[in-house]
Amino acid sequence: MSVRILVAVTTFFIGTAFFNAGTYLFGQEDPHEEHSSEGTETGSHDEEFNAPEYILDHIADSHEWHLLTKKDGHHVAVPLPVILYSKHSGFHLFLSSKIAHGHSYEGFQMGHGSIRVENKKGETVEKSLKGKIIEVDAHGELVEAGLPLDFSITKNVFMMLLSVIILLWVFLSLARSYKKMGVSEPKGLAGFIEPVIVFIEEDVAIPNIGEEKYARFMPYLLTVFFFILLNNLLGLIPIFPFGANVTGNIAVTMVLALCTFFITQFSSSKGHWQHIFATPGVPKPLLLIMIPVEIIGLFTKPFALMIRLFANITAGHIVVLSLISMIFIFKSVFVAVPSLAMVLFMDFIELLVAFLQAYIFTLLSALFIGMAMPEHHHD
Amino acid sequence: MTGTLAAIGAGLAVIGAGLGIGRIGGSAMDAIARQPEAAGKIQTAMIIAAALIEGAALFAIVVAMMGN
Repeated sequence: MSVRILVAVTTFFIGTAFFNAGTYLFGQEDPHEEHSSEGTETGSHDEEFNAPEYILDHIADSHEWHLLTKKDGHHVAVPLPVILYSKHSGFHLFLSSKIAHGHSYEGFQMGHGSIRVENKKGETVEKSLKGKIIEVDAHGELVEAGLPLDFSITKNVFMMLLSVIILLWVFLSLARSYKKMGVSEPKGLAGFIEPVIVFIEEDVAIPNIGEEKYARFMPYLLTVFFFILLNNLLGLIPIFPFGANVTGNIAVTMVLALCTFFITQFSSSKGHWQHIFATPGVPKPLLLIMIPVEIIGLFTKPFALMIRLFANITAGHIVVLSLISMIFIFKSVFVAVPSLAMVLFMDFIELLVAFLQAYIFTLLSALFIGMAMPEHHHD
Repeated sequence: MTGTLAAIGAGLAVIGAGLGIGRIGGSAMDAIARQPEAAGKIQTAMIIAAALIEGAALFAIVVAMMGN
C-alpha cells in the first residue's frame, strides 16, 4: 500500500517537474523571430535567460495567473478580477487581461520602474512600482492621489479561497458523517483526518496548554494546522489552479502569526503579566533589564513564527526553481536529467517540510498560549 | 559589495544555527538511544529547541537581507 503511494507520488512529481520545465521551454526558443503582432510583449525573449528574475517572478503574487509563453511571444494567462479603490475616481472592477501587456484601462495600468517619494523624515526614497497597479491621467502622468487601494482577487487570494472551500467541504462533510454514524471506526477520508486531529489534541494541545483549558483552543490550532498544511501541499503542485506561493507570502504568515499573538495575549492569565513586569525571584535592580527584554520577547515570538514559515516555504520554492533554471542557464538537454532528479529529491524534502512547518507552527502556537497562562503549582 | 557582505553575514548565521541544531539532534539521538520509551517527548523538546535556534538564525538572515 505505502509503496504504491510512493510510486504514485514519484510519478506525479516527475510529471510536474517536466511540466515546470516545459512552461519555460515554450518561450525560450526562436530568439530571432520577429514580433509583429500587437498586444504581445516584445523584446523580453531576445535577452539572455535571467534566472533570478524568473524565480522571483514565480514566487511572487500577481494579478493574473501566468500559464506559459508560446514560441511567438504570446502569453497564455488566466485573467483574475481586479478590484480597485482610487481616491481620484472611486471603485473599479475589471479583469486583469484588460491591463495585461502594458495596456491601459480606465486610466489604470501595471506599474514598472520606480518613483521617488518623500518619506516621513523628508528624505526622498526610491519606491518600486513593479507588480503594482498605478493610475495615470490623459498625459500618462501619475495621478496626484497616489496608488489606488488594491483589493484584487490575486493569485494568492484566489488560491486561499480555493483552499478554504476545500477545507470547508472536507470538514463539513466529515462532521455530517460523524453526526449520522456516531463515533465508529474511521473510514475513507476520516481515516486520514481523524488520527491527525487526535495527534494535535493529545501531543500538541494537552501537553502544552493543559488538560483543563486546551479545549477552547482546539478550533484555532486545528484551523491553523490544516490551513497551513493544505496551502503548503497545494503550493507544490505547479498545475493551473494550484501552485501559488501562499504560505511563502510574508503578508499571509504575518496575519497567521498575529492571530497567535492576539489569542495568546487575550487568553493570558494574571501570572503572565506578573512574569513580565515583576518577575518573581528577580532582584529589583535587575528588573531594569528584565522588563525590556520580556517586552521584546512578547513580539519576537510571533515575529519568528512569521519569518520561519515564510522563509522555509519560499526557500524551498527558490531551490526547486533554481534547479529548473539550470537547464536554461546551460542550454543543454543533458543537464535536464540530473536537474530533474534533483528537483524530484527536493520535492520530497518539500513534502516533509510542508508537514513539519504546519506542525511546528501549531506546536509553537500552543506552546506560547500555554506559556501565557501558567498554572500555579510550579512556582 | 554590500550584497556580498550580506551574503557572508547570512552564511555566518547559518553556520551558527547549523552547529546548534546539529548538537540538539545529536544529543536527542543519544537520549533516545538511552531511553527509547521517552522518544516521543524527546522529539517534541528537540523540535521546539531547534525551532527557537532556527528563529535566531532567521533574524540574522533578515537583518542581512535588509542591510543589502
